[in-house]
Amino acid sequence: MRHLLDTKELTYEQAINILDTADYMAEVGTREVKKLPALRGRTVVNLFFEDSTRTRLSFEAAEKRLSADVINFAAKGSSVSKGESLKDTAQTLAAINADAVVVRHSASGAPQRLAEAGWIDVPVLNAGDGTHAHPTQALLDAMSLRQFKSQITGKPTRGTDLKGMRVAIVGDVLHSRVARSNLWLLNTLGAEVIFVAPPTLLPVGIEDWPCEVYYNFDEALETHLDAVMLLRIQQERMHAAFFPSAEEYSRLWGLTPERFALLDQMDYETAVLHPGPMNRGLEISAVAADSDRSWVLRQVSNGVSVRMAVLYLLMTGGSAEDFYGN
Amino acid sequence: MTEQNTYLIKGASLLGERTADILIEDGKIAEIGDSLESKDAQVVEADGLIALPGLVDIHTHLRQPGQEDAETVETGSKAAALGGYTSVFAMANSNPVADTAGVVEQVLSLGESAGWVDVRPVGAVTVGLKGERLSEIGAMANSRAKVRVFSDDGMCVWDPALMRRALEYVKTFDGVVAQHAQEPRLTEKAQMHEGTVSAELGLAGWPAVAEEAIIARDVLLAEHVNSRVHICHLSTKGSVEIVRWAKERGINVTAEVTPHHLILTDEKVRSYDPVFKVNPPLRAQEDVEALREAVADGTIDVIGTDHAPHPTEAKEVEWANAANGMTGLEQALSIIQMTLVDTGKITWADVARIMSQKPAEIGRATDQGRPLEVGEPANIVLVDPEAKRTINPEAQATKGKNNPYRAMEVPGEVRATFLRGHATVLDGRLATPINQ
Amino acid sequence: MTEHEATSSSEARVILSDADIDRALTRISFEILEANKGVENLVILGIPRRGFPIAQRLAEKIAKTDSDFSIERSLGQLDITMYRDDLRSHPSKTLEPTRIPSGGIHGKNVILVDDVLYSGRTIRAALDAINEFGRPSLVRLAVLVDRGHRQLPIRADHVGKNLPTASDETVRVLISEIDGVSDRVEILQGE
Repeated sequence: MRHLLDTKELTYEQAINILDTADYMAEVGTREVKKLPALRGRTVVNLFFEDSTRTRLSFEAAEKRLSADVINFAAKGSSVSKGESLKDTAQTLAAINADAVVVRHSASGAPQRLAEAGWIDVPVLNAGDGTHAHPTQALLDAMSLRQFKSQITGKPTRGTDLKGMRVAIVGDVLHSRVARSNLWLLNTLGAEVIFVAPPTLLPVGIEDWPCEVYYNFDEALETHLDAVMLLRIQQERMHAAFFPSAEEYSRLWGLTPERFALLDQMDYETAVLHPGPMNRGLEISAVAADSDRSWVLRQVSNGVSVRMAVLYLLMTGGSAEDFYGN
Repeated sequence: MTEQNTYLIKGASLLGERTADILIEDGKIAEIGDSLESKDAQVVEADGLIALPGLVDIHTHLRQPGQEDAETVETGSKAAALGGYTSVFAMANSNPVADTAGVVEQVLSLGESAGWVDVRPVGAVTVGLKGERLSEIGAMANSRAKVRVFSDDGMCVWDPALMRRALEYVKTFDGVVAQHAQEPRLTEKAQMHEGTVSAELGLAGWPAVAEEAIIARDVLLAEHVNSRVHICHLSTKGSVEIVRWAKERGINVTAEVTPHHLILTDEKVRSYDPVFKVNPPLRAQEDVEALREAVADGTIDVIGTDHAPHPTEAKEVEWANAANGMTGLEQALSIIQMTLVDTGKITWADVARIMSQKPAEIGRATDQGRPLEVGEPANIVLVDPEAKRTINPEAQATKGKNNPYRAMEVPGEVRATFLRGHATVLDGRLATPINQ
Repeated sequence: MTEHEATSSSEARVILSDADIDRALTRISFEILEANKGVENLVILGIPRRGFPIAQRLAEKIAKTDSDFSIERSLGQLDITMYRDDLRSHPSKTLEPTRIPSGGIHGKNVILVDDVLYSGRTIRAALDAINEFGRPSLVRLAVLVDRGHRQLPIRADHVGKNLPTASDETVRVLISEIDGVSDRVEILQGE
């Protein structure tokens, strides 16, 4: 694995390896000294062309727990938005000898360009690009789902996948990089993905995706869902005729208190996930967000572990000829 | 014309149909026959070469005035000559826009002083390409540039009432409106063809219907006001079907396709390399197939390169921020040979029709696109169909390095281009410009 | 880990049989008790992968000798991967969890256990790793095999067998819990 750009390219073995490594990292987070020397003396640049305090905090925590030197480059409002090219930025990072770049960008594909255009030769870690991919979010969701499955089966998470789980992803699939990255990763791990959304918020071409599609949330809820993931509805969608009003959206596609109560009547457990930040009262009701079923805070913790795992796997390694004497 | 412009082309295959010698004198084809001799003439050995009438590009962006960092009339017309062209129509989206007699005459003059091909300016349909009011169509038509093709290319004339008026008004001058068919509301922020690939890549879709809806509207408008209309760069299967229907109905519509839409698909976008960003976007494989069939059955009349050079920095950015367009002049003929001739869909005579005769007719370039016959202007291109070459954008004459075929091996090489009897290209290399 | 990859053992020379290994571990367990003057403050940490089952066996033998010794509170596992000095160039290997016994290691007498002592780099990494969990009052090292060729000033306190080797030889330790075959130590010529 040279870069982490998308979950679509991950093999089953790679995905399991990342999750197992993340479990290891989670244990470090419970120690008194929450720090490993693995990336000591190495420089990671967090290149954020798009604001995201949460994701940047999570990456920064992960990098610091691995003892990396962290440089934050918030490109919004800098020379980048004034027309400096992606190439110039990449070459600047190469010139300061960055060892890895974590990149967040509002343009789909920007991390892939950074990785492949030949301007800089270091691992590139996609921290979310446009409406394309958000691989570490999908990995932390998979880690959470694996923990949820482990709670139910009583078996340890290590080496396990998500085979047989039915995961509904509800909301603005069209504009969601989280939905896309989850689609590929959950399929690789053996889960079934169910998208629930109004047709206006589903992409043309979805018929070629490995998923089920429901326009009606209530019908989907009757199909034995192991997890329901609500996607954030962005403010700008509300005025672009994707749906008539926030109220109608919430009524038809929100996890309302009534729908949430239905989960209690099932004879199986259903986890509630949300990538955050939540619009309480819109896509998710407060009662659902704050319930025991909610994995929202555990998702945040898992985010740090998953990012540590990916950084560790991308930034260590090399040729096997080097010494390995016991 | 001087003595130096007397050439004897030995053993060329005319339109790939019959082998003959061609004697060029005084800018005209003086003689065609077997074993011709002339002691004054410079002999051009053309064994195994195909002779075609000089190519005519109905759709070129030469970027001058205003964007000389991307291309100039000089560099663009050199590229055209190397591609086998003797005439190009320069689109109006320069800066300032070619919406007045002054600008089109300036472009004409630049073309004349460059001297590599006949540069025919296209006039804007609306002032500043803004789609609000008609530009000075009559002044441009009656200027020294004798503009006959009017287009807001790059922008669609989306207002149906304005389009109707334009279609009617250009009839005064035997002109034609060349429509860039793109419904603007359906393509806001559009980045690529809307379909399976755009869904995966998370790039905003440019739906086929946005092109087809405008074409359907415009052929009906053309029928209603009894005008001719030209559709630029058809890119979808549905567009082909609409044009085919319109022609069957007797509507006076002509249609164009670019070489890149005959070979590249939206799968290329998976690289997120903006060299593949173009408008209309690269479509799906089934569209490519339909477009090839449409050229073969005559539904599509002409090949237009939509040669659109850009400075490197316009492409070394994120996909969404990159400029639309790709270069095309120097490999258009190769791509057509590869996709249509070598596949047996069309003959070299058809190539002459779609790349020379018909574009000249549509643009009313009366001395171009003429048959290879005695007495006709000696606009001739000699192409070696057996040659293989690897595309290297750095080695091309155009300033634009935004070439989507980098490192691709293509068949066919232009060996010589004659503009009114003057060799602009000889031995596959630029010779000298014609003096005007 | 080339030393453990199961290849054809036709040219392998068996140095220690399962009975030899058991006897060596019994001896080491007594040495540990003797050096520690009993089981007080004793913590045994095995280094994955094969150091841990060896540590486990030592703990069982000690518990058999002295009933005051609680395996549950005294046996742990210490993963040292993150502390290696060759992380940058070595392919990432499977990580094993670190389990520190509930009483911690601060002020304890820690016995580090590994299968083979070679360059000494693993033990250097283990000493760094231990530091993150507290300050033991002392650290001793027990290994099943010491094959020499040290690259760092490190020595073992308890050794099952000193095995002079050439650097082009490979020492392979097979432990039933991990390798699914009866315990043995072999030398293979070359790689």
